[in-house]
Amino acid sequence: MTKPMDRDRERQQMSPIDPSLLRGLTQPRWSRRAFLGGAGTAGAAALLSACGVSGSNKPAAQAPDAVAQFWANKTKAGILNFANWPLYIDVAKVDGKTVHPSLEDFTKATGIKVNYKEAINDNDSFIGKISPSLKAGQDTGWDLMVITNGGSIEKLIRQNFLTPLDHSKLPNFTANAAANFKNPSYDPGNKFSVAWQSGFTGIAYNPKLTKRPITSIQDLFDPAFKGRIAMFGDTIDTPTMIMIMLGIDPVKSTVADWQRAASKLKEQKPLLRKYIDNSGEADVLSSGEVAISMAYSGDIFQLNNSGSPDIKFVVPKEGVTLWTDNMCIPLNPAHPVDAITYMDYVYQPRVAATLAEYVDYITPVPGAKQVVLDDASKAKGADKSGLEGLASSPLVFPTDADLSKTFRYRVLTPTEQVTWDRIFQPIIQG
Amino acid sequence: MRKRIGAAPYLMVLPGVVWLALFFVIPGLLILSLSLQSGNYEQGFRFTWHWANYTDAFSFYHTQLIRSIVYGLVVTALCLVLAYPVAYWIAFHGGHHKTTYLFLILLPFFVSFVIRTAAWKFILTDNGIVLGPLKTAHLLPQSFHILATQYAVIGGLTYNFLPFMVLPLYVALERIDPDLLEAAADLYSNGRQVFRRVILPLSIPGVFAGILLTFVPAAADFVNATILGGTDTTMIGNVIQFEYLNANDYPLASALSFVVMAALLIGVFAYAKALGTEEAMEMAAA
Repeated sequence: MTKPMDRDRERQQMSPIDPSLLRGLTQPRWSRRAFLGGAGTAGAAALLSACGVSGSNKPAAQAPDAVAQFWANKTKAGILNFANWPLYIDVAKVDGKTVHPSLEDFTKATGIKVNYKEAINDNDSFIGKISPSLKAGQDTGWDLMVITNGGSIEKLIRQNFLTPLDHSKLPNFTANAAANFKNPSYDPGNKFSVAWQSGFTGIAYNPKLTKRPITSIQDLFDPAFKGRIAMFGDTIDTPTMIMIMLGIDPVKSTVADWQRAASKLKEQKPLLRKYIDNSGEADVLSSGEVAISMAYSGDIFQLNNSGSPDIKFVVPKEGVTLWTDNMCIPLNPAHPVDAITYMDYVYQPRVAATLAEYVDYITPVPGAKQVVLDDASKAKGADKSGLEGLASSPLVFPTDADLSKTFRYRVLTPTEQVTWDRIFQPIIQG
Repeated sequence: MRKRIGAAPYLMVLPGVVWLALFFVIPGLLILSLSLQSGNYEQGFRFTWHWANYTDAFSFYHTQLIRSIVYGLVVTALCLVLAYPVAYWIAFHGGHHKTTYLFLILLPFFVSFVIRTAAWKFILTDNGIVLGPLKTAHLLPQSFHILATQYAVIGGLTYNFLPFMVLPLYVALERIDPDLLEAAADLYSNGRQVFRRVILPLSIPGVFAGILLTFVPAAADFVNATILGGTDTTMIGNVIQFEYLNANDYPLASALSFVVMAALLIGVFAYAKALGTEEAMEMAAA
């Protein structure tokens, strides 16, 4: 146990901010060294410095009537380009074709055709891909996207990359959303986003391969599973889980804590099979490639219903991360009215229940529970017990007591983000 | 009397110069500028002579850089060993069907690079069509796997870049005049001597070009490591694309790109100086 003073010194030694970086941020573009570089290099410097990349962190133009102005003359187009994550909506097979019944119902009800794409495999790469368009003030090609809290949606909000929502177009949200899904800390007043689903990041395993029950995050470090362990290859979930294991509250973590988590990850690396895509765990667990993996709760329940009933999801004893995925509209959308119509549509208890019955994540509509129970009373046999199980599952309809045992992500400032990334990326990049 | 050189030669190289300026020099300068900037994506990057990007790039990712070069060399050597007999056979024994054989070599290119690589993932998967039966027959231990190892990545790279070696070798071998072989035989050379003293020296330009065409893209590849690799097979291409596209850390990614470009250029020039003949350079340029 180090004394607080020692830890302070330690922290200073591993100062997160490179002094030269600070200098770069605080000095004007013409730094002194550019001039001292000599006459010959001065010309080159002028040329090189002309290529600076300007920031996108401009203050949001939030005149009180800006929202109303934006929405005033917008009309329904009949098309919705929707980017979502894999395994995140109801699916059915009709004549050998994969369809999404809830989207077809939406089209029937509103006349809006949905171009649904599982385009998001992790937040970073998706945001990385659309950021240049957003920065240039162009249409990203998406009208609606689902982005996680804990750094990702905050990043978009901070840069003013999202279209503010007109709440007069969201009556179902106002009426039916759970209190803890309204006014979240990362988006006060739901100005830019409403929740799609919430869930937990825990551990999933194949009992046949582990040959013992899994209870702790420490089990991801068990040499007995060498070469059969998978972790998420993102730089948010993975460090957060390790900090929870180390007894650190991620929200209050410091650079020194990040370093500790990083050295743990380095230690674990020889044991790993692979760093996988977010929600790539369903694949590697069902193929038997991997015995134990980080996992999202709903992914594993869906896997159980689609041919791999043996895979188990556990909430490790150290705790889990609770996250919320949020529907939001990027800036300059082609079909904003269609997007907000869909946002409101899914806040009907019937629709929310259909989604919950399929995706098995935490629904933001508590009224969906009654609909699921009604469905259960009409169903028979395995379907009935399945639906009853769903309605009573703490992983789908958690109580407040359940939620109090969960952890949230650390929210990073832009400068902290660089430090964080440069600590964790070299490890995950192999 | 000195011969006056008119404007004509300069005008004639102009299109080439413009091409190089537009697509090599200007992007190169942009990358160089980016690599010396500091800041972050949200607040913008400013040009500050931030050389630390280079030291960071090297200290964070030297493992991946060295690994990429080693993989590139191994893949090039494997390709050469595999491609030479193939090219030799097509050139000297292909008969009327040479074009058909060449077409067959190129046939895989009609399928997307990514799909071809993903197909190997399917073939080599732990309990798949190859390893599954071997494991059932207890010829291999249950935990044996090829995917997520360096063998999978090197194998995938060799498979994908093999045609780049076959084609220049074929061109060089095809150009050899059969009369020369006959003359060598007339002078009492046996088969091995003909190969060593006539065919091999005449095919060196093809070897040279093939090595360049295979090594450079193989060392910079990122698809094979993504699809077939594991935690310790990441190549420098993966890191660069990740830093650019996911992390939006443009300065670090640019510094890495420059380091890789410099390493490859130095290697290639040293190689050209040591081994290349004028003819070989022509061949590589063709």
